[in-house]
Amino acid sequence: MKKSSSRVFKTYVLNIVIIAAIFIALQLMITNGVFNSYTSGLVVQIFINMILTLSLNVATGFLGELCLGHAGFMAIGAYTTALLTINSGLPVMIMFPLGLIAGMIISGIIGFLVGVPALRLKGDYLAIITLAFGEMISILLRTFKFTGGALGLNGIPRVTSFAYSYWCFIISLVLIITFMFSRHGRAILSIREDEIASEATGVNTFKYKMIAFVMSAMFAGLAGGLFAHFQGNLAPEKFNYNYSIDIMVMVVFGGMGSVSGSIVSAIILTLLPELLRGFSEFRMLVYAIMLIVLMIFRPEGMFGRKEVTYRVFRRFLKRNKQNKPVS
Amino acid sequence: MYFLVQLINGLQIGSIYALIALGYTMVYGIIKLINFAHGDIMMVGAYLALLLLNNGIPIIPAMLISMAGCAIFGIIIERLAYKPLRKSSRLSALITAIGVSLLLQNAAMLVFGSAARTFPDLTKGMPSFQLGSNSVNILTVISIVLAIVVMIALQLFVTRSKAGTAMRAVSEDTDAAELMGINVNTTISMTFAIGSGLAAFAAILFCMAYPQVTPYMGAMPGIKAFIAAVLGGIGVIPGAMIGGFILGVIEALTKAYIPSGYSALSDAVVFAILIIVLLVKPSGLLGRPQREKV
Repeated sequence: MKKSSSRVFKTYVLNIVIIAAIFIALQLMITNGVFNSYTSGLVVQIFINMILTLSLNVATGFLGELCLGHAGFMAIGAYTTALLTINSGLPVMIMFPLGLIAGMIISGIIGFLVGVPALRLKGDYLAIITLAFGEMISILLRTFKFTGGALGLNGIPRVTSFAYSYWCFIISLVLIITFMFSRHGRAILSIREDEIASEATGVNTFKYKMIAFVMSAMFAGLAGGLFAHFQGNLAPEKFNYNYSIDIMVMVVFGGMGSVSGSIVSAIILTLLPELLRGFSEFRMLVYAIMLIVLMIFRPEGMFGRKEVTYRVFRRFLKRNKQNKPVS
Repeated sequence: MYFLVQLINGLQIGSIYALIALGYTMVYGIIKLINFAHGDIMMVGAYLALLLLNNGIPIIPAMLISMAGCAIFGIIIERLAYKPLRKSSRLSALITAIGVSLLLQNAAMLVFGSAARTFPDLTKGMPSFQLGSNSVNILTVISIVLAIVVMIALQLFVTRSKAGTAMRAVSEDTDAAELMGINVNTTISMTFAIGSGLAAFAAILFCMAYPQVTPYMGAMPGIKAFIAAVLGGIGVIPGAMIGGFILGVIEALTKAYIPSGYSALSDAVVFAILIIVLLVKPSGLLGRPQREKV
């Protein structure tokens, strides 16, 4: 018992050290000019996309419901945060974190309101209803005056720094992992495996579906807020169906239900279009073919439901030790 | 009179939705898959018809060729993309369908360019009649009648012919149908062929009303036709027809009576209808509620 708790403690320390080390390393590279402004912008984008992918993975990977309106939740977070920082009159540095939290809350509330009808349905219907919701958000953003109409919002303070995106990502990651591997997370996984069986064992399926759905919407809202203050402007067309599909591709490619898969695929699929800049018109074509081929030959994605954990490394090290010739 | 004109407009767009919705409903009925690519097959049909018309082929042969072309195209898509996934999870099949839809849109963009192309104006030289202060072209009425004739023919095919009976049998119970000696693969291919052919027909009617062809033209009518299919009860063929007409009329009337500047909201109204239908009667107007068995 004591041994295992000391091991847990060691893991915590190791986690904190790794998180801090990555932060310091990247921050030093950015401040010392190893990364130019383009590359450091890309780093911020990667972290925003990681939050997005993780958040969709909660609804699609862990809960197992196809959500095609994720860009809508992101748009709500983005517009809420941006409108607050522009109009509040408070200094941006105070208002921005508050705005991010407000964006998360509003996204969560809208997620709840969408979830009430949507989660009563299953599978294909849920996919369609979330699709309809995403399109509706895009239409409403284009129609209302206070969201800037079709022109969108301009002059949003560009305050999303590397540090902001990094720590928001870490907070989301920790919250999602601890939740998903807790008792409640297992309840959500049981719904994915078999809804009727999990209901029969006493899981309140509607409640847990709602929790997963709202969580997914909230973190999408957070990513939206960061995105708005990274770009400096918002256009309602950005958050259309295609963007929802982009996020979907990241989740499916990484593996539905794998946190590590989401992280790796967000990195790859953010960098890939930048590397293929010359072929940008082929990007969506490649995505489309990738989706189809992936579904036919490896429907579980890169990682499937596996995670990269310390145990994997430990086992790997042990194996290497055993393989060493004894001289 | 204004109301009557809008009603005719609604019936015209409704007949297009109904034709597309038939493809959704038939495919859903038979393999339980929302064919997200269906709207994009319509887009392919529109481009095919446009190419034929630009090469001087008259409208009726161009229509038939484009319908046949789309039918073959639908079979190819089913064989390549959906057939390998028939036994895997619904989620994989659904994502594949999204993939096919993206593929068609982007392939069309590479081949034809993203700029809109104008469809030849077929109403030119056709007589039109006056309804109050508005004139209605005879072609509008013809297209509504034609759509209804096609739907009646389809209904007769499905209920009376041997192939139609096989189709209904497969959608009822695939395994039992196979035991009765029905070739399931052929039946599914036939369903895709009919659905895609109808989509091409809808594409030409659509281009008569809105003479523009773009790679993304299939997305919105596709979604709305799907809503029509859900409204009528997905998997039920008469349901798709009724749903399409209802949706078209509602859309035309909201567009006509909503204050200008908010006309984009008519799409929001359509989506709101979907949400209400799914809440009140998820099985649709003509659908039978299905109980889930363990």
